[in-house]
Parts: sequence; C-alpha cells; structure tokens
Amino acid sequence: MSILIDKDTKVICQGFTGKQGTFHSQQALDYGTKLVGGVTPERGGETHLGLPVFNTVQDAVNDTGATASVIYVPPFYAADAILEAVDAGIQLIVCITEGIPILQMLRVKAAMAGTGVLLIGPNCPGVITPGACKIGIMPGHIHLPGSIGIVSRSGTLTYESVHQTTAQGLGQSTCVGIGGDPIHGMNFVDVLSRFQADEQTKGIVMVGEIGGGEEEDAAEYIKAHVTKPVVAYIAGQTAPPGKRMGHAGAIVTGGKGTAEGKVAALKAAGIEVVSSPTDIGVAMKGCL
Amino acid sequence: MNIHEYQAKQLFLHYAIPVPDGKWADTPESAAQVAQELGGEGWVVKAQVHAGGRGKVGGVKLAKSPVEVAELSREMLGKRLVTKQTGAEGLPVNSLLIEKTYPIKRELYLSLLVDRGTERIIFVASAAGGMDIETVAHETPEQIISVPVHPAAGLQGYQCRKVAYALGLKGAQIKALSKIMQGLYDLFLAKDASQIEINPLIETDSGELMALDAKINFDDNAVAAHPEILAMKDPEQEDEKENKAEQFGLNYITLEGNIGCMVNGAGLAMATMDLVKLKGGLPANFLDVGGGTSVDKVCEAFKLILSDHSVKAVLVNIFGGIVQCDIIASGILAAVEQVHVTLPVVVRLEGTNAEQGRALLSNTGLNLYAADNLAHAAEQVVALAKEAA
Repeated sequence: MSILIDKDTKVICQGFTGKQGTFHSQQALDYGTKLVGGVTPERGGETHLGLPVFNTVQDAVNDTGATASVIYVPPFYAADAILEAVDAGIQLIVCITEGIPILQMLRVKAAMAGTGVLLIGPNCPGVITPGACKIGIMPGHIHLPGSIGIVSRSGTLTYESVHQTTAQGLGQSTCVGIGGDPIHGMNFVDVLSRFQADEQTKGIVMVGEIGGGEEEDAAEYIKAHVTKPVVAYIAGQTAPPGKRMGHAGAIVTGGKGTAEGKVAALKAAGIEVVSSPTDIGVAMKGCL
Repeated sequence: MNIHEYQAKQLFLHYAIPVPDGKWADTPESAAQVAQELGGEGWVVKAQVHAGGRGKVGGVKLAKSPVEVAELSREMLGKRLVTKQTGAEGLPVNSLLIEKTYPIKRELYLSLLVDRGTERIIFVASAAGGMDIETVAHETPEQIISVPVHPAAGLQGYQCRKVAYALGLKGAQIKALSKIMQGLYDLFLAKDASQIEINPLIETDSGELMALDAKINFDDNAVAAHPEILAMKDPEQEDEKENKAEQFGLNYITLEGNIGCMVNGAGLAMATMDLVKLKGGLPANFLDVGGGTSVDKVCEAFKLILSDHSVKAVLVNIFGGIVQCDIIASGILAAVEQVHVTLPVVVRLEGTNAEQGRALLSNTGLNLYAADNLAHAAEQVVALAKEAA
C-alpha cells in the first residue's frame, strides 16, 4: 500500500483549461493518474484533453465520483477554490498555487477545521505514489516504486531526495510536498503518522527548512511514535535572519526557526540528520 | 513590504490610534519650520529608515529649540545609518519625522502578527516596553502576554480587557486600549499586514496612551491588492540588486561571500548555499530562478550575480523537472556569451535531459565546468574561487 493516493484515486483539476492546468493534467494522464475531469466556470459541457469540463466542483463530483482535486488557479482565487472543493465533498485537496495571501489561508484553515478534509499545500509540488498516481508538478520519470516515504517543505529538495533514493535502488512509497507557506494544510506529523502506519514504507526521508516550529514538533512525534528509520535534512543553515528565502515561510524571526535549533531538536530525538543534501540517499540506505 | 514610521503613523491616525503630534521633513529648514508649527518646548528628530535600533546609533535625538532641530536634521540627513538591523552598509537617511515630546510615565509594548503555530492573528503585549522584545521574551517570558483572535469571531472585548489588566491599566485607560487594539486589528485585516508593532506604547503623565513608535510590515503576496500601500514603497531603503531581481521574477538575496549561486527552487537554493559553506566556501547570494526558466531569465540572473564584484566563481545547480536541462544549458551558453562571463562557472545539471545538457556545455572553449554530481560541483567551485581570490 501507499499513503493518501493509489492507482484507483479519482482526481479532478480546478483551473483545468488554464495553461498550468492543461500542461500538468496532460503530464498526469501520461503518468497514468485517474484524472476524470476538470472545473472551469462557464466552460461546463466542453471537453478538454478528452475529459469533461464542469462549471462547479459539485457538478464534477456528482458526475465522476472524484475524491481528490488538484488546484492550479491564480493566487487571489485559490482560497475560494479550496473552499469550493471542501463544500463539494472532496476528501483530498492538493493546492499547487504559490502566492496566496496569508490572511486568506488563515480563514481557509479556520473554515476547514472539523471537516476532516485533507489539504496538501499550498505552494507545493503535490503528492505522488510512484507507478500509480501523480497529483502535482513533479517530474514523474525520476520516481521508482519502492519503500521510502518522503515528506518535504521544498519541491526541488523533494526531487533531490527522490533522485537519490532511486539511485540507491530503494524507490519511494509515496512522496508528499507539504509546501513552503507559513500557513498550510498537512504538516510533517500528519504525514509521518501515515508513513508509520503504512506497510510498504520501510524508511522515511524528512526535508525541512528554516522558519516555524514544525520540524521541532516532528522531532517530538518521531521520538514517541515512529519506529521506522528517519533521515532528516534541514535547509537554510547559511540563511541570514530576517530575510525570506524564496518560500514565504522560510524566514528566521526573533531568533526562532533557525536551522541549528531544528537540527538540534531532531538529533536529540535520535534522528539521523545529514549535514549535506547530497548524503540523503546513502544515509537512508545505511539505516535499513 | 516595509514602510516608514511616518507612513505607519498616518495609517494609525486613519484607524483612530493616537500618535504624537508630528510632521515629515526632508531639509533642516523645513524641519525647523515643522517644530515651530507644532509648538511646545521640546521635539524629537527621528531618522526615517526601514530598520529598528535607531536610537542607539544617533538616529533619534531630542532638541530644545527649532534651531537645534535644524542642526540635528543637518547632521542626520544625507548620512547612512548603521543599526544592528541594517548590515554594515547601513540605510540612507533621506527624510525625518519631527514630533512634539511628551512626559512619559511608562513604556509598554503592543504588537500584532500572524502566528504560524496557532494559525491565528495574535496580539502580543508587555509592560516591559521600550526594550528589545526578543530579549524580554528570552529573559522574562512571564512579562509577555499573547492573545489569539479567531478569524470568524474577531477581536472580543474580554481579550482587550485581559491585555489592559496585564499591562496594569485602569479606568478610562481600559477603553482607550480597547479602541487602540480594535483599530490595529481593523488595520491589519483591511491592509493585509503581516506584522504591526508599537514599541513603545507610552502612558503619559496625564494617563493618555500613545504610539510613540510604529512599524508595519505587509504581506508581499497581498500587497498587489492595495495600490495605496504599494505607493508607500521606498526603493532606496532596499537592496538595489534585490529590487532588480524582483522585476524579473527572480528571488535574490545579497550575502557576504564570493561564490555566486544560481539555482532552481527555494529549498535547493538554500541547500546549495549550505553545501558551499560545508565545503569551505562562502555564498555571495541566494538566487532562485524559479520553475519556468527561460534563456532571458537565466541571462538576467547571470547579470545580477556578476554585478556583485566580490564574486570570484559561479555555481549553477539545476534539478530539471518539468524544465529540460538542455534548454537550461542553451540559456547558460547564451548568457555567458551575451554577458561576457569570464569567471569560472561550474554547472551541475540533473533530471530531465541532463545528458544532452552536459554535452552542450562541454567543449565550448568557455570557462565552464560540467560537474557530474552536486558534491563535486560544490568542491570544484570552492577550489576555483580560492584560486581566483
């Protein structure tokens, strides 16, 4: 098994007929994802990439039975898109969009509380179960079905981890990019608990970065609940304080959220932390 | 995005948050005239720069007469102010805020920010105002109170009273503080702020509350929706290269080392800087060229890196996902020729079409080194930078 998604997951795309939506939907179809349709208001009834277009997420869910949705709409419309998916009964929402105003995400998270709906992102590469289902913008061909669960705040560092675990012949069970925004959906602990419960997953790669306290929370959780080997890497050891390093959430403020603090917390929890991003794959293999 | 103190105080006034009587000036003469107009017996001259810690380095000075206001203004204007928040180069003092002074009984602290942990806007307050709040938080955390506001319910009266009592306020002051907090909360929401800080919020001898300082940061993701805030932007307070990068959709941050870095993705860019340091070098910058990189973007990125004259060697690290490495390689070649790059450039390409990309870069007769893996690339660029230094 994998976590979150498998070969039977039915997916729709919000922002289906746009440039990003079109390109990545085609890539997903080529990979074998069960993409069953898309949503673009006022384009309902049309066919795009051989699939039906709907005016609303509710219409798409009623007609296709989709349980997952991927969002490629512009930042000022993304909060609306997430809440529309929640309202229509979608169970897993993957929001790729970068640049959503933080106060909008604050309201979205408050509105989602208690619904049980899972949100991945925003500002993330998405989620993939190699060989089965790809939801997002990651390059499919670098992945290999296998035994390593990968969870990361950074897109390109997820690819780097995938590349290295593929090169070591380990492959991946599921890879989850949780996103680089300060207010986002699933966090490290949400994903780690699923990897711990998943039989296919034999080891876990966790890639964090400066800003916030989720790596510290993860360290505590792993110490108490995770029995599988975990290899961690934290980016941003040379980042100057007070500067946003590309990701909205990657910032050290008031001496909080430093790489040193996170590395120390993870090491104190007995987790193997690599100091070079090039050692992730080798270290993971060494732990198994 | 940051704005100046005088601009923040103008916004405060719109939201009925009391501030000292004051006015902006950009010449010694107009500063003296402002003091005259304001009246009173004492004034404070405050350098307008986008950084805290001004008081300790002569950026905030008291004057007893309009003549003295002019003298102090002459000393400050045109200088660069170096505070612990500015870096060694400091920031230019192009304008001043002249304010009346008030007899201060107590200095308090009040701020408002988005807290990632609780996913709420929270108020943070302390009776230990006027000091560095991080020091207070570290040494005497019991002196700090924080109150999270639910986005649906909004700010409640009891929350304001809770803060007021914690600050030792009484009677009419409780209503006054509630009004200030409501004003701050409304301002925060209406303008998409990411942080508002009043340090200090003063209690005058007569018991009035007043924002002696004002600092507002805005959410970069939302500021496009607020043209009136964008109009307050002062590019001279920001790094020239960082401003330029923004125009081209690049994420660039100046650092102190001599190895230029060009990377796709924020996480990989940070990791590349870390790796350079791990191998004994120092990165000159953070640069994320983003996902949809074109030849033009790569070219602009190179220009930016080379405009920093301390750069001795460049490391390009691309993990081609959707972007194809051969296209990146062509971009690099075009950039190297157009921009006349003579420095050594180490290129690591991985992912989609990496082999074709590497083939394009070899045998070009240019000062290019195609690395087969990231660890080697970092070692190589560090060695080349040391040779050139």
